Amino acid sequence: MRVDLSVNGEARSLEVDGPESLLSALRRHLDLLGTKDACEQGECGSCTIMMDGDAVCSCLVMAADAEGAAVVTVEGVARGDALHPVQEALLAEGAVQCGFCTPGFVVAGVHLLETNPHPSATEIREALAGNICRCTGYGAILRAFEKLAEAGP
Amino acid sequence: MTTGTTPRVRGGIGTSARRPDGGPKVSGNFAYASDLSAEGMLWGATRRSPHAHARITRLDIAPALAMTGVLAVLTQEDVPGNPLFGQEEQDQPVLCDGVARYWGEPVAVVAATDEETARRAAGAIIVEWEPLEPLVATDEAIERESVYRDMQIRRGDESAKGPIVVEGFYETATQDQAPLGPEAGLAIPDGEGGLDLYAVSQWIHVDHRQIIDCLDMAPEAVRCHPVGIGGAFGSREDISLHIHVAMLALATGRPVKMVYDRSESFVGHVKRHPSKMWYRHEADAFGNLVKVEARLILDGGAYAHTSRAVLANAAFFAVGPYRCDNVFVHGSVVRTNNPPAGAMRGFGAVQVCFGYEMQMDRLADAVGIDPLDLRRRNALRSGDRMSTSGQLIEGSLPTMSVIDALAGIPLPEHPVGDDPTLLPGGTGRTSSPSSVVRGVGYAVGLKNIAFSEAFDDFSEARVVMTPAGVEVHTAAIEVGQGLITVCQQIARTILGTEQVAVVWADTSQIGSAGSTSASRQTQMTGGAVHAASVGLRDRILADHGGDELRDDGVYLEGRRVSTIEDVCADGPVEFFVRFRHPETSKPDENGQGDVHAGFVVAAHRAVVDVDTELGLVRVVRVDTAQDVGTALNPQAIVGQLEGGIMQGAGFAVMEHLVIDGGVIRNPTFTDYVIPTFMDAPEVATRLIEEGGHWGPFGAKGIGESPTISSTPAIVSAIRAATGRDLTRVPVLPQDIVGI
Amino acid sequence: MEFIAAHDLDEALAAKADRPDATLLSGGTDLMVDVNLAHLRPSPVISLRRVLELRAVTPERIGAGATWAHLESSPHAALAQAARTVGSPQIRAVGTIGGNVATASPAGDGLPWIAAADATIAVRSVERGERSIPWHDFFSGVKRTSLASDEVIVGVDVPDDVPKVQEFSKVGIRNAMVISTVSCVVMRGPDGFRIALGSVAATPMRAARAEAFLNAQPRISDTELAELAEIVAAEVRPITDHRSTEAYRRHASGVIARRLVERCVSR
Repeated sequence: MRVDLSVNGEARSLEVDGPESLLSALRRHLDLLGTKDACEQGECGSCTIMMDGDAVCSCLVMAADAEGAAVVTVEGVARGDALHPVQEALLAEGAVQCGFCTPGFVVAGVHLLETNPHPSATEIREALAGNICRCTGYGAILRAFEKLAEAGP
Repeated sequence: MTTGTTPRVRGGIGTSARRPDGGPKVSGNFAYASDLSAEGMLWGATRRSPHAHARITRLDIAPALAMTGVLAVLTQEDVPGNPLFGQEEQDQPVLCDGVARYWGEPVAVVAATDEETARRAAGAIIVEWEPLEPLVATDEAIERESVYRDMQIRRGDESAKGPIVVEGFYETATQDQAPLGPEAGLAIPDGEGGLDLYAVSQWIHVDHRQIIDCLDMAPEAVRCHPVGIGGAFGSREDISLHIHVAMLALATGRPVKMVYDRSESFVGHVKRHPSKMWYRHEADAFGNLVKVEARLILDGGAYAHTSRAVLANAAFFAVGPYRCDNVFVHGSVVRTNNPPAGAMRGFGAVQVCFGYEMQMDRLADAVGIDPLDLRRRNALRSGDRMSTSGQLIEGSLPTMSVIDALAGIPLPEHPVGDDPTLLPGGTGRTSSPSSVVRGVGYAVGLKNIAFSEAFDDFSEARVVMTPAGVEVHTAAIEVGQGLITVCQQIARTILGTEQVAVVWADTSQIGSAGSTSASRQTQMTGGAVHAASVGLRDRILADHGGDELRDDGVYLEGRRVSTIEDVCADGPVEFFVRFRHPETSKPDENGQGDVHAGFVVAAHRAVVDVDTELGLVRVVRVDTAQDVGTALNPQAIVGQLEGGIMQGAGFAVMEHLVIDGGVIRNPTFTDYVIPTFMDAPEVATRLIEEGGHWGPFGAKGIGESPTISSTPAIVSAIRAATGRDLTRVPVLPQDIVGI
Repeated sequence: MEFIAAHDLDEALAAKADRPDATLLSGGTDLMVDVNLAHLRPSPVISLRRVLELRAVTPERIGAGATWAHLESSPHAALAQAARTVGSPQIRAVGTIGGNVATASPAGDGLPWIAAADATIAVRSVERGERSIPWHDFFSGVKRTSLASDEVIVGVDVPDDVPKVQEFSKVGIRNAMVISTVSCVVMRGPDGFRIALGSVAATPMRAARAEAFLNAQPRISDTELAELAEIVAAEVRPITDHRSTEAYRRHASGVIARRLVERCVSR
């Protein structure tokens, strides 16, 4: 069935296959491969996108149900040619190792700062508790967001 | 620090240079194996055994073949070459040979036009089984002599005795590497009978060797390419889907892609060996070790993979970073119908570190001295002999500096206020400050670096000067650890230019870089890049009569005598090196010999808050000091230390792969839980740089030490908080409560 | 796949009446796991995402479509505490209390609160209109409810007399994204204590014997609390599974119930 939605500010049309997830549809039909498929059960956050202003797991959204939604993926976070401050901070702090979790952290992190520009360390941890990283131990990720919290909008 | 370097170059060694693949990774543009595709691509799927041990009584692929969109269904009889593969020993059938020996063993593979059809077709194959009794108990495996390797270490006097004796029995469960990136591979036939493979790996040359052997192909007919990989930690060291996807590509003449979902991933790769360890430590009244005896049993599961090497590691590191002249270790790694075990970060040294550090804690109690003082008293140092192998430790081994640096990190305050996230149980609001006891524990761990026991361990690199900058060519695999950056930094420093690009080569373009494992790549591939860069620099300087190479040319006494264009007038200039570390030997029948290429020591201190009534643990801090030789990239090292600590913490308190009758009961991220941001302790790191190692600029491998002594430090802290002798890892709430 | 995006409750009810075999889709956090991993292919699917009236929350009725993110600021203290522990922020943004109720997992994070509150589940159908099902009649077994195939859950109805003093706790093996080993809600009202537990029986349960014991005490000191813990531990009906053991769950139930009673007492 056909689904019309907005992805990264552009009107897009999807031909979805049955109950497939929005994660699957973004990757297969729109070739947006940045959003990742590490667990497909909402347990890792690697598939995090923004949908109508919320950070959600795209693996848990039925693509058919995304009709009319405004979706932002990691590909839509950068500001033209310039990286978003969240992306820049993750790079600067060495918070990217294998990078598989990174798109999810970028989107969840952008969402965090949009809703809470100066989060405390506890708030950072709780807001990003749905994003698993197996490489970094979260230390560099925390440092990146603490610096962003200090810098403000 | 070192002669022949150009201090002015940016992003050289000793800086926290940014990784060059970071931009694409934060932008979502980095191509992982699971992101690849090719024109006309088919999808592969695997049918697996639902039994830990069973015989196939009927196998009928016709229903799958009959489905629309299915182009190939392959079984063991379709394997053209060696029906068996394996890294150390070729003992695993490419596809089930009629008897399944572990739960999830591949039986058949399918190629179809889309993922859903491939999956359904795999399910449509008729497979009927006669279940057999699985061998799952290690004692029974020993009795039945179902053993991959048995080894003895005997050093010193068996009759030696000490007045203080501590004996204990310890167990560690199976840990899964759980990398976020799934198994994935794309095989593309080249139209001439050969193919290119883009699949997750830690060692493409060893994959290549097994693939051509099983497919009966000439080496040049198969090219294994490095690809983006979402973490490894040992899980990508062995073949998973490589031969399957290659067979499907050749059978259909079309590109075939295979990706495992998370549940399939749990059966699709090897895991950490579960272990049983009996230890007996004897010491004098002051706590000096007199004798250590150990009986180690590792469960290697259904096929050999790297079990023999893991056992050797466990046996040789069974005493840890301590001096002892009388050491008797009997180690066995057994074959069972449990899921195959293989490489996981720490590779045998993790299991024994838990055993010997629990023993050292108990010994300190028995002797009546501070646990750290006991470690200091017995600390193994440069110039000592390894307690197990008797090898003289010739490089640096700053055990005392590591312990002292760690002890110098201030201890944290108790949490103030009523924020539940600062208590065990977190937002689950289980605990209150009055129900919580704090404990502090230490552990020190020893590991070898690079391969051992006379293995011909080498890495090839080719460094090329072009007008546009330097290229470093290597077949080494970057799994996220930051090898790519270190290679750049080394070449920059030697060649005096920031313009260095690392070019990942496939198996046809350069020889092996060896495995990304054993904490070896910085030293081995870094060593090759260093030697090749030095060779290139010296060649260019000699050819152009200069004494210094800078980014814009050759200089003599401060004046430029040639430009880079001049240097490359006849084309790019290159230098190739096959880098080897100092030779190692096979151990004799008593485990004696110069078995290892080098040693690295690290220590961890854990602070835990334990709700003793509920058995819930908050890991408050894990601090560490680690022997790094020379810190080539401090920020990247800290990233590895913090990441390894998190894996060690997971193993200590929550990562419990439940295997029952050979069947994994919790093969999902819902039920095999790994630490989240809200479980992460604070970490302080101290990098101890004493050089004294053959790695580039004196750098040592650092990747595994963080997972080795972090787990026992946490268990030691829980023991201190609760007074319970905890003898099994992971420590579960019921263990702390005692029910 | 047949997909119906309902825009209001009447449309949803009509679709369900027409197709009792249809699968209702709320937040998707349970259904999509089965779609992705068990390759479930439900059809037809009726999405409730756009039915705004289901999201309404009033003192009397918590709309079935209220998300856990929204309920983190519920005036019902223990419900807000429970909401905060559901999954992850991504899950809470879309997961709903109605979904939690419909799935009826023994470990459902919102269910002990519903039991402690003596809430009723409001369901509606075209044929029979609205009916209110007491929670203990609604949850009939592991992942089983008495919801009829033509019915849609519209809300959780909260009695007027739900006590204001309420506490929640959840025991899990890690601090986020965890299925509870044991969970508990205790409420203290003028009529006494209510103790509800999750993950220790096929459905959420009230520890009736423990409540009776506690409410008969003239005084609550450490002695009574210790006995309370033992009664709760004996009263629950947990199993041993890959997550935990029966013995630990019994023990933890007693400890947690006692602690929550203590917290309610000291307020």
